[in-house]
Amino acid sequence: MRAILTVFAKEFRENLRDRRTLFTALVFGPLFSPLLFAAILMLTIQRGDARNDQPLKLAVAHAERAPNLVNHLVEYGVTVEPVTYDDAAARKAVRDRTQRIVLMIPENYGERFLAGKPAPLELYSDSSEQLAERDVRRAKAIVASYGATITQLRMIARGVDPVSLAPIAIHDVDVSTPASRSVLALGTMSYIILITMLMGGMYLAIDATAGERERGSLEPLLTVPVRREHLIYGKILAACAYMSLSLILSVTALSILLRFIGLESFGMSVNFGPITALKVILFSLPLVPLGASLMTIVAAYTRSYREAQTYLGLVLLVPTIPLVFVGALGLEPTTALMATPSLSQHFLITSLLRDEAIPLAHMALSVGVTLGLGALLAGIAGRLYHREALLG
Amino acid sequence: MIEANHLSKRFGSITAVKDVSLRAEDGRITGLLGPNGAGKSTTLRMLYTVIAPDSGDALIDGVSVVNAPLEARKSIGVMPHNAGVYQHLSARENIVYFGALHGLSKQVSESRADELIKLLDMQEFATRPAKKLSQGQKMKTALARALIHGPRNILLDEPTNGLDVMAVRGLRHLLARLRDEGHCVLFSSHVMQEVAALCDDVVVIAHGEVVASGTPDGIRDRTGHDNLEDAFVQLIGTGEGLA
Repeated sequence: MRAILTVFAKEFRENLRDRRTLFTALVFGPLFSPLLFAAILMLTIQRGDARNDQPLKLAVAHAERAPNLVNHLVEYGVTVEPVTYDDAAARKAVRDRTQRIVLMIPENYGERFLAGKPAPLELYSDSSEQLAERDVRRAKAIVASYGATITQLRMIARGVDPVSLAPIAIHDVDVSTPASRSVLALGTMSYIILITMLMGGMYLAIDATAGERERGSLEPLLTVPVRREHLIYGKILAACAYMSLSLILSVTALSILLRFIGLESFGMSVNFGPITALKVILFSLPLVPLGASLMTIVAAYTRSYREAQTYLGLVLLVPTIPLVFVGALGLEPTTALMATPSLSQHFLITSLLRDEAIPLAHMALSVGVTLGLGALLAGIAGRLYHREALLG
Repeated sequence: MIEANHLSKRFGSITAVKDVSLRAEDGRITGLLGPNGAGKSTTLRMLYTVIAPDSGDALIDGVSVVNAPLEARKSIGVMPHNAGVYQHLSARENIVYFGALHGLSKQVSESRADELIKLLDMQEFATRPAKKLSQGQKMKTALARALIHGPRNILLDEPTNGLDVMAVRGLRHLLARLRDEGHCVLFSSHVMQEVAALCDDVVVIAHGEVVASGTPDGIRDRTGHDNLEDAFVQLIGTGEGLA
């Protein structure tokens, strides 16, 4: 036990002096990725907000042919820009992005309108342009409301109660809560937390195994009267310490950053106060020994530092595979899935952030299975250190 | 004292060491001489317990490296092939770390480290990070690290590799001094002059087998060559791989 602590203390201290390890484990991962995430989220939200608030700008060709319609548009807050396009000019304006949408009032509009026949209107837009879609929808809705008003007036003029034209009234009842609307953001967040945590221990895991062998310090280490598995446990423990630090830092950073973003204005709410942050850390911690042991095993099999770096890059992807399936298949937490490490942590984190109740069995299963598997892998790593091929 | 009895080791289809027996006595310097690839390192690795022999055994002060490797390690100090030290630790921290791994208390480790730093004349660079040390300074650090627990038996694998003349002289003086203190010193080398200048006993190894052993004079007598180099060439069958 004393030897394990001796190795742990040395690895911890040595890596504290290694700028690359320190930067990855404690700066790049835990601070940079939450910042990036927050920045992207904020940009998305701001754009969404801004576009809903802005008045719809609509180029209307030959507005003089339908003065009442144009008045209606203006009443509904549309900024009407009168233009004198013909068909070709309208197409060109939209294609060149000088106008997002153009409403064209054809010559026969007034004539057909007076005759009580459907009056044609042409709306030019580019459906391949994502940003136009929302404007088109708004423009159509406003024009349609004008049509509805005209219908009612005509019915009344003919002595028909306009209500009879609406046999059915549909009301949308949206039961989504602000928290559940932010599913995507939450999924990304658990991904960032778990990846950052793993990255925190990566360089140490490489350095303590492949790196140690490459520098020739492994052989003298194996001549000390300490059981080899104790040496490796000490190294795994040191990787665990850095991973835990990464985890704590990244969760704290996310918790603080989200406070400044103001998700509520976007109709999303994330329950990410200090208590939740603490719970997120606690439920992610069982994954630490598992990740550290897994990385140590992989690094112990490789022949050089570079090779270890390549393989560990791939290993980092392993825990993210279940997360992809969750997204693609829309998986819900079940007892069986809660026995899958990394996936269960993802579910727990998401539930915590959504402020949902978590069944005790789910918590116990997640913590128990993950810790058990971590202990198993640590044991395997210990056995690996008995291989003579380890010396290279 | 180190006593190897019929050690053999195969790696896949290659027999690296075949039936090697040797004795390295206390108070004497024993040289393991042979060309590159003769099996010197493999023999030493079995003696300092990082690999296990396929057959045969070795006794370190009477303790079997096969049956009680942990116990055997307590009485050996090892300087393997390249003096791998921890880059981000200072020379002194490297030494103290091994003291702790040998189970010494912090105070004992530190005071022993200070003694060794003085003995090996390392004061100038003891607190410098190991990555900034020269090859000779790293060698001294590795040597001090091997001696931190005051082992009776000292094993060195090609200790003079990559050292300049002054550093080699320093190492020779130190090994002689350890011998005079009663230690058993066993080192491997492919440099004949080194072995001739320093060793009380020589074990000549070629193709994984011991081809001769004894004092340098004894070997000269037996082969009928006055010149040690000619004697070795005759024993090994070729001069290839020696220096």
